[in-house]
Amino acid sequence: MKDEITRDERVANLKGMGCSRKRVEDARFTQGKGNYVDDIKLPGMLHGDFVRSPYAHARVKSINIDAAMALPGVVAVLTAKDLEPLNLHWMPTLAGDKQMVLADGKVLFQGQEVAFVVANDRYIAADAVELVEVDYEELEVIVDPFKSLQSDVVLREDMVAEDGSIPNGAHGPRKHPNHIFTWEAGEEEATNQVIDNAEVVATEEMYYHRTHPCPLETCGSVASMDKVNGKLTLWGTFQAPHVVRTVASLLSGIEEHNIRVVSPDIGGGFGNKVGVYPGYVCSIVASIVTGVPVKWVEDRMENLMSTAFARDYWMKGKISATKEGKITGLHCHVTADHGAFDACADPTKFPAGFMNICTGSYDIPVAYLGVDGVYTNKAPGGVSYRCSFRVTEAVYFIERMIEVLAIELNMDPAELRSINFIKKEQFPYTAALGWEYDSGDYQTAWDKALLAVDYTGLRAEQAQRVEDFKAGKTRKVMGIGLSFFTEIVGAGPVKNCDILGMGMFDSCEIRIHPTGSAVARLGTISQGQGHATTFAQILATEIGLSAESITIEEGDTDTAPYGLGTYGSRSTPVAGAAAAMAGRKIRAKAQMIAAYLLEVHDNDVEFDVDRFVVKGSPEQFKTMKDIAYAAYNQAIPGLEPGLEAVSYYDPPNMTYPFGAYVCVMDIDVDTGVPEIRRFYALDDCGTRINPMVIEGQIHGGLTEALAVALGQEIAYDDMGNVKTGTLMDFFLPTAWEVPNYETDYTVTPSPHHPIGAKGVGESPHVGGVPCFSNAVQDAFRPFGNRHTNMPHDHWRIWQTANDLGMHD
Amino acid sequence: MIPAAFEYYRPTDMAGVIALLQEHGDDARVMAGGHSLIPMMKLRMAEVPHLIDLQAIEGLSEIAISGGSITIGAMVTQHEIINSAEMEKAAPIMKEAALQIADPQVRYMGTVGGNVANGDPGNDMPGLMQCLNAQFHLVGPDGDRVVDARDFYEAAYMTDREDEEVLTAVSFAAPVGGFAYEKQKRKIGDYATAAAAAQIFKEGGKVSAASIAMTNLSDTPVWSEDAGTALVGSTCDEVAVKAAVTAMLDDIDPTEDNRGPVAFKRHAAGVVLGRAIARAWSRA
Ligand SMILES: Cc1cc2nc3c(=O)[nH]c(=O)nc-3n(C[C@H](O)[C@H](O)[C@H](O)COP(=O)(O)OP(=O)(O)OC[C@H]3O[C@@H](n4cnc5c(N)ncnc54)[C@H](O)[C@@H]3O)c2cc1C
Repeated sequence: MKDEITRDERVANLKGMGCSRKRVEDARFTQGKGNYVDDIKLPGMLHGDFVRSPYAHARVKSINIDAAMALPGVVAVLTAKDLEPLNLHWMPTLAGDKQMVLADGKVLFQGQEVAFVVANDRYIAADAVELVEVDYEELEVIVDPFKSLQSDVVLREDMVAEDGSIPNGAHGPRKHPNHIFTWEAGEEEATNQVIDNAEVVATEEMYYHRTHPCPLETCGSVASMDKVNGKLTLWGTFQAPHVVRTVASLLSGIEEHNIRVVSPDIGGGFGNKVGVYPGYVCSIVASIVTGVPVKWVEDRMENLMSTAFARDYWMKGKISATKEGKITGLHCHVTADHGAFDACADPTKFPAGFMNICTGSYDIPVAYLGVDGVYTNKAPGGVSYRCSFRVTEAVYFIERMIEVLAIELNMDPAELRSINFIKKEQFPYTAALGWEYDSGDYQTAWDKALLAVDYTGLRAEQAQRVEDFKAGKTRKVMGIGLSFFTEIVGAGPVKNCDILGMGMFDSCEIRIHPTGSAVARLGTISQGQGHATTFAQILATEIGLSAESITIEEGDTDTAPYGLGTYGSRSTPVAGAAAAMAGRKIRAKAQMIAAYLLEVHDNDVEFDVDRFVVKGSPEQFKTMKDIAYAAYNQAIPGLEPGLEAVSYYDPPNMTYPFGAYVCVMDIDVDTGVPEIRRFYALDDCGTRINPMVIEGQIHGGLTEALAVALGQEIAYDDMGNVKTGTLMDFFLPTAWEVPNYETDYTVTPSPHHPIGAKGVGESPHVGGVPCFSNAVQDAFRPFGNRHTNMPHDHWRIWQTANDLGMHD
Repeated sequence: MIPAAFEYYRPTDMAGVIALLQEHGDDARVMAGGHSLIPMMKLRMAEVPHLIDLQAIEGLSEIAISGGSITIGAMVTQHEIINSAEMEKAAPIMKEAALQIADPQVRYMGTVGGNVANGDPGNDMPGLMQCLNAQFHLVGPDGDRVVDARDFYEAAYMTDREDEEVLTAVSFAAPVGGFAYEKQKRKIGDYATAAAAAQIFKEGGKVSAASIAMTNLSDTPVWSEDAGTALVGSTCDEVAVKAAVTAMLDDIDPTEDNRGPVAFKRHAAGVVLGRAIARAWSRA
């Protein structure tokens, strides 16, 4: 048999790995045909809404629901008292702490859930919220973690024993009632010794401000308890639906097989939808109580004020080096403000996430990291906003320390990085704080980046600009922001990564249909990343069926295999690997079928794009379509019918994507307005599955980086009032504020990943934040700036210029 | 963000509007484009049990330009201002300012009348109207009256308009000379950190008249007569601009908010005014 088309055409028809296949999701997303939680409407469905605390710290003396209950259309008003008999007035957090579902005697942050109103429609629920009378007694508010550790105001009375002693927390001993944990990595004494005896030492304190992932779709859920069958169905904005099912079962006592959790289309997560929120629990309880479905969807202000924030790290660093610039040691201490409850979403053994990747891309012989978690009267959270666990903080820290060290050494920061990179031949490289970096070629990427932007030319231009400024010829200064980042993603090996005891493997199940198309289901869930597009491409290449013939399904726990979900750029490193492995199982069986059909020995056929061919005689072949048909319709001795496979993949290691970014900025010192002239981003995410999707992820991640660096924050006043609770003040950039991004790449595959891919969704955010920030700081370096805190909004930039005497 | 229940009315003539306003007093409000009022209702910062939509009233949506006089109906949208070629010719500062308000979606709905009647110190049109020495035309149970824009604003959300009055139009003499509307903001869709409107008339190579108004730097727009006077007779040289800025700084009274502390706002006010003067002078 002869083929009509060439091998190249067969490869192209597959739409497999490496091609910029258009996103299959976009047809529905761009036509308003997505199906989000708020689109779910069930017969008889009720609507829930929260009474929230106006105070950041207060005792709740009484709650009177009479007036609310009297409003026609109100079905129920739940308070902690109603949840207590079910033991659901508190719930466990992912970080081993617990959190009030509804205020149990006191409130600890502004916006905290106090009562849950259930009504016939959303409008009545909102009206009834106003009618619930809560009597508060205000308590002293603590919004500063350093003050919190000194204060005798006890925030969490449940965390102090009756005799006044302080019991251990989930992560060991606590030193103060408002202290959550101390977590350490590395060798403190050895590090101190090196730093104390070093030729050059730079120290710096920096505050990585509190911000919020702010996905376009806010959080919500619809719970439907079928009392006849005893089945609970829960639709919600869940980045980890299987974990939600397990937690819901443990909390409610409903057996896990009687719970179905569905994540429908999700409008962005960025870490905000990993945790479990009181609204989910309340919608479940309300459905159990009323026997009808109950929907809860928060509004924008509720999302910003009460669901998981990100960052809020006070970081203190010391870095030492030789006079020539070789780094000898790094010391980092973090005071981590976790708010009222420790609701971080980190693997259990990592209460500060992977902050211990803070040695960055550099070969640093000895290092120490200590993190103290602290309670304050702020919203709980501490999630990884478009980054792997706390990696944005870690990379910001080291990329600022490098800049400060460069100032101390009077050296060019690009050169300082080059001197200290982990070298290509050092991989796999074990860092001082324990991680084993899988692969990298940093110098090549760095040189490519610097060449692309004409770094030397930029520095010359900057020097001229400084002259011109001093001569009064311009009021604009120029900054060149650099960052070189290494991410640590793909959590992760079950031996050291679990969430609530559940190992962080992931899964893929493939079913090939007789006519040669397929459905594959995974334990992850896309929130806009385009899984239905890219996972089909991985499978197309692995099993030789066109990506167009492969449906990808995720998010329904009744059908998808168990997995830990999508966050921390883990989908491709873990579930993507599972897909490849499952695909290989399909291929192994297909090989036997092909050999049987071709009447040769198994070892005499080999895979070629979309078929098995007899070795040495390519005109003798069976396509995967032929094989699929035979698998179901032909009795093959020794083989079961059917063509299916499942793989649960426990990664042997994390993956370590990296990149080199450069930002060129002009800053008007009189208005504090920055203009981004150029942004160049080189990413190395290993094997590239879909270049177009990668580029989209990079544009998005950089834009969120721009937001955080230049203005986006959750700010509180001294009374614990949220000052940035709407999009008027919480900075969400529009197309207008976003510069043109130039993207570039190198490819250094992961040696341990089946297809060599590393994950890319979060890299641009991780590398972007320090790059934008460094650009601002670099602009003022010639005028004496060492470090200023983000966010670099207009007035803070102006303040920097003012402090440096540039308005005199 | 769900408003409290309200009654919705859509009268077809002004008499109907005024009758409703008289009937419900404080509990009633007219709605133009709704892009200031509805957000406030959703936040439950404004309770409006009786909402009177002005969209069906005829005669409020015209731009009339004749004999050097410009009249803009209250329901003319910011979008229409931007796209009126006649307006651009007669008073180009209107387009320059309108383009700096909010974003295209908001400008399709937001009206000139709503913007000036609202009384929010962040609105851009009130300062502009003061710069242009506009008149506001009001109609109420006792008939029509006219108020100078420069006398209209009393405090944040407090104006000279009575509860039962409706603003029907704004009018002003077609401005002469150079113009500029300069605004600093944090992002598209944001209110001003500081904004300045300037009209400068040049005769014999010197400023013969100048009018300057500032936005979002007090609880009302600020027309700074002294700042304008400081420019008269000058060539908008450094000394004159400095004098104008100093005079303006005496008239404003900014407060600290998320846009920054008072010192920054005062500095930014000086910068935007300096730039507005420079641009207006270059066009004079
Ligand atoms: C995201 C966003 C950004 C914005 N940014 C800016 C900005 O940068 N600059 C700016 O100036 N504005 C801004 N605005 C406000 C916008 O321009 C509004 O449209 C405008 O302020 C009000 O016009 P309106 O027609 O929408 O009035 P409405 O919202 O309908 O009414 C506003 C108030 O005026 C009263 N009113 C309206 N018409 C009359 C009338 N004819 N007689 C008497 N009273 C009347 C109403 O009762 C109400 O109290 C922004 C709005 C949004 C939503």
